[in-house]
Amino acid sequence: MSAVLPGSILRLRVHWTDRIGNALLATAGIALAVFLLAPLAMILMKSVEDKAGAFVGLANFEAYFHTPSLLHSIWNSLWVSTLVTAITIPLAFTFAYALTRSCMPFKPLLRNIALVPILAPSLLAAISFIFWFGNQGLLKAWLGGSQIYGAPGIVISMVFATFPHALMILVTALSLTDARLYEAADALGTSTLRKFWTITLPGAKYGIISAWMVVFTYALSDFGIPKVIGGNFNMLATDIFKLVIGQQDFPKGAVVAIILLLPVAVTYVVDSYVQKRQQALLSARSVPYVPKPSRAYDWAMAAFCWTLAVLMLAILGMAIYGSFVKLWPYNFSLVLDHYRLGLVDAGVIVSWFNSVKMAFWCATLGAIFIFVTAYLMEKTRGLDPMRPFVRLMAVLPMGVPGMVLGLGYIFFFVQEGNPLHFLYGSMGILVICTTVHYYTSSHLTAVTALKQIDNEFEAVSASLRVPFWRTFFKVTVPVCLPAVLDISRYLFVNAMTTVSAVVFLYSPKTTLASVAIVNLDEAGDIGPAAAMASLVVVTSAAVCVVYYFLQVWLDRRTQAWRA
Amino acid sequence: MTTTEYLELRDIRKEFGSFAALKGVSLAVHPGELICFLGPSGCGKTTLLRIVAGLETQSSGTVIQAGKDISRLPPMKRDYGIVFQSYALFPNLSIAENVAYGLVNRKVPRAERDARVKELLALVGLPDSGAKFPSQLSGGQQQRIAIARAIATSPGLLLLDEPLSALDARVRVRLRGEIRALQQRLGITTILVTHDQEEALSMADRIVVMKEGEIEQIGTPSEVYRSPASPFVADFVGKTNLLPARAAGGDCVLVGDQRFACGVNGVAGSSKNLKLFFRPEDVMVRNVGSATPNSAVAVVEKVEFLGGYSRLTFRMNGIDQALFADLSVNDLAEFHVKAGDTLRVAVPPDRMRVFEAA
Ligand SMILES: Nc1ncnc2c1ncn2[C@@H]1O[C@H](COP(=O)(O)OP(=O)(O)OP(=O)(O)O)[C@@H](O)[C@H]1O
Ligand SMILES: [Mg+2]
Repeated sequence: MSAVLPGSILRLRVHWTDRIGNALLATAGIALAVFLLAPLAMILMKSVEDKAGAFVGLANFEAYFHTPSLLHSIWNSLWVSTLVTAITIPLAFTFAYALTRSCMPFKPLLRNIALVPILAPSLLAAISFIFWFGNQGLLKAWLGGSQIYGAPGIVISMVFATFPHALMILVTALSLTDARLYEAADALGTSTLRKFWTITLPGAKYGIISAWMVVFTYALSDFGIPKVIGGNFNMLATDIFKLVIGQQDFPKGAVVAIILLLPVAVTYVVDSYVQKRQQALLSARSVPYVPKPSRAYDWAMAAFCWTLAVLMLAILGMAIYGSFVKLWPYNFSLVLDHYRLGLVDAGVIVSWFNSVKMAFWCATLGAIFIFVTAYLMEKTRGLDPMRPFVRLMAVLPMGVPGMVLGLGYIFFFVQEGNPLHFLYGSMGILVICTTVHYYTSSHLTAVTALKQIDNEFEAVSASLRVPFWRTFFKVTVPVCLPAVLDISRYLFVNAMTTVSAVVFLYSPKTTLASVAIVNLDEAGDIGPAAAMASLVVVTSAAVCVVYYFLQVWLDRRTQAWRA
Repeated sequence: MTTTEYLELRDIRKEFGSFAALKGVSLAVHPGELICFLGPSGCGKTTLLRIVAGLETQSSGTVIQAGKDISRLPPMKRDYGIVFQSYALFPNLSIAENVAYGLVNRKVPRAERDARVKELLALVGLPDSGAKFPSQLSGGQQQRIAIARAIATSPGLLLLDEPLSALDARVRVRLRGEIRALQQRLGITTILVTHDQEEALSMADRIVVMKEGEIEQIGTPSEVYRSPASPFVADFVGKTNLLPARAAGGDCVLVGDQRFACGVNGVAGSSKNLKLFFRPEDVMVRNVGSATPNSAVAVVEKVEFLGGYSRLTFRMNGIDQALFADLSVNDLAEFHVKAGDTLRVAVPPDRMRVFEAA
């Protein structure tokens, strides 16, 4: 008989198949520690060392706060991000409101147009605005004497780039509201305005806060836009770049990275709190709201949305148009010179191949890693002390700006003594860094999908003595395939367009399209830069179409069992 | 230590943090019987079942199955089939694949496997559904498939956690009978968790009534129903009249100023605080006179028609609590009882029990 000593904890013996699951989870945890935690820790370390590596306490911070030019960037970053948020959120909210609460025609088309900026590198908007309003821009006269370079260009480009991110969150938030609340209000004869203030806004409150955070964080940490259209206007993200790449001043770069991390960390904490609240709303059973037609209102909404859509298409279109113009602004004949001479002959096209390669590995290996880890977390048992750590690692990347992550990577992998030093300058490090950078939302997508399948599958399998991996491959993966495709597409598109994390990490052999755009622009080759940006958009769009057809094919194949 | 019991639980305790979900549960399950864990929500039924399955680990205590200590075995090393309220059928596998799921892994030859699936589907009354997917079946049909899957590998023990709760009332009643018949045919030792007392009474060989992590009573359905061990059991299983009473000497108790004689378990010794218990169907209206023991005049407050019988709500002189009586349709027709009427009722002394009030 197994006599259990009082006070001792009874544990089940672990079956060897479960040991394999635990080993996999441990591996994932270690990988996250090495590729996320260690680089971040390195930034903290570097910030208290001098250039030679000796400990100097807070001297770097002190020096930083005595450099007025650097200090000024904090203020710039803050007010620009605030302004971008203040413009984007109302626009996106109205757009989302029109999509969910009106009967205007062509809703799916409008929605897709509004989401297009996601496919483009953030730099594209900046390039486009240079074509429109730059020194040689078509509509420069409209600006009177003022300049697009600097804050105005940054703000307007960022609004374009952040709009779809806010829109997606707000559409979800607005779709959540319970129709029954409106029915009840109507029964009481409530005015439209009052319904908006008492039902709509409170219902979408968490969505609005969440969108606010996402836009603010994006604006604060984006590097490409201020680099291309910022002129002499300095922001934190560009400061890091200048300090690290220009002046090789790693300690000060680390200080700026930490300062950048602070506001982002605050918004991140608020956001995760808000997310939790929203979960509660989600799980409540509600009746979806179905809008009723109302001529004048629907027309007004359509007019608003089409205005924005046309502006967006104008921005996108101008970049593409500019990529074909022979010699801006002297010769507007449309030729393929920038593609042929500027990209192919100049050898820059390699960057595009590299980007596609990297995006491919992120979309496959990255997606698999994220999904399997989420599965092990959600559906296997054992290794309890490790689980909170992995859970934290999975949501942490959302709060880490790309510049900071990239900087951490150099600090960590550049060390000769690091056994992983061989990754430095390789394609592998780009794939890993990008996967980690976009980890959180992919992870949340995976978790949501996994939570939707019956929690007892694993228990049933164990009772039938079927090892967990058989059920994983036979049931879990097929059932979650749509979500896996979503994750994969998300990683692909973001890997194609990302700049901030990888700008520190590429080597001559692994230049990337988005980085090439920055470099071409810096060299004054705005035509080829536009060509490369257009190429990225087209690639991403084509890949999205491929994913769309995959999904259709999948739906058809699995129709039989999806009732 | 040899026993003839198939499954033994010895002093099982389970704490979730500081909360004690099971406070020392001991229990023996005979081979081939269907035993029901019955109790209100949160009393620890599921936790106990999951401990038997190895899906939850007891904080302390021993589980012995077929003479073997399985307290620390992982689920995959134990011998049971399990069925959940949610069916937990694999949605992307056909019914046949679902049923064969545990067989495939045991390297059963294909032909034998197909034959076994066919046999099982016939056994649960769905011989032609092998090619369908779970979503194409009704809830009751899905649950039968889940049972077929659980017994496919001929486990020694079948565990059912509220298998019928997600089904509508009619299907539930039909499936009760089917599961019971199947269980008896196979002779498989079965544990059924439920909070539905009717289900427990109609299906079980024995019922384990639980309350707040402890066993209140173990007994056959009729024992639990006729001779509840505590006011809690009396109240939880079936409709009950429970009245505060005082000992009044001999076999008698006083409820208000009504005196009743109790023939069953006597009036418990010294205690003054008692509870008097009788079932509504034990209240008689036929051949009741003033000489009938335990008779009194009742004022009918309400007559509720419930199909095969009607439930009277009535009051007795000197008792400020509503009482219930179930009358057959015949009785009702003969006595023309309606709200506001007065009639004489009686409860035979051998139908009355007293408990020490808590
Ligand atoms: N993982 C857990 N962590 C903390 N408390 C738990 C956990 N699982 C169960 N409990 C608690 O233990 C108690 C018993 O739970 P259990 O699920 O066994 O109840 P039950 O009798 O099956 O109830 P129901 O009829 O609602 O299914 C409950 O109070 C529950 O809240
Ligand atoms: Mg339960």
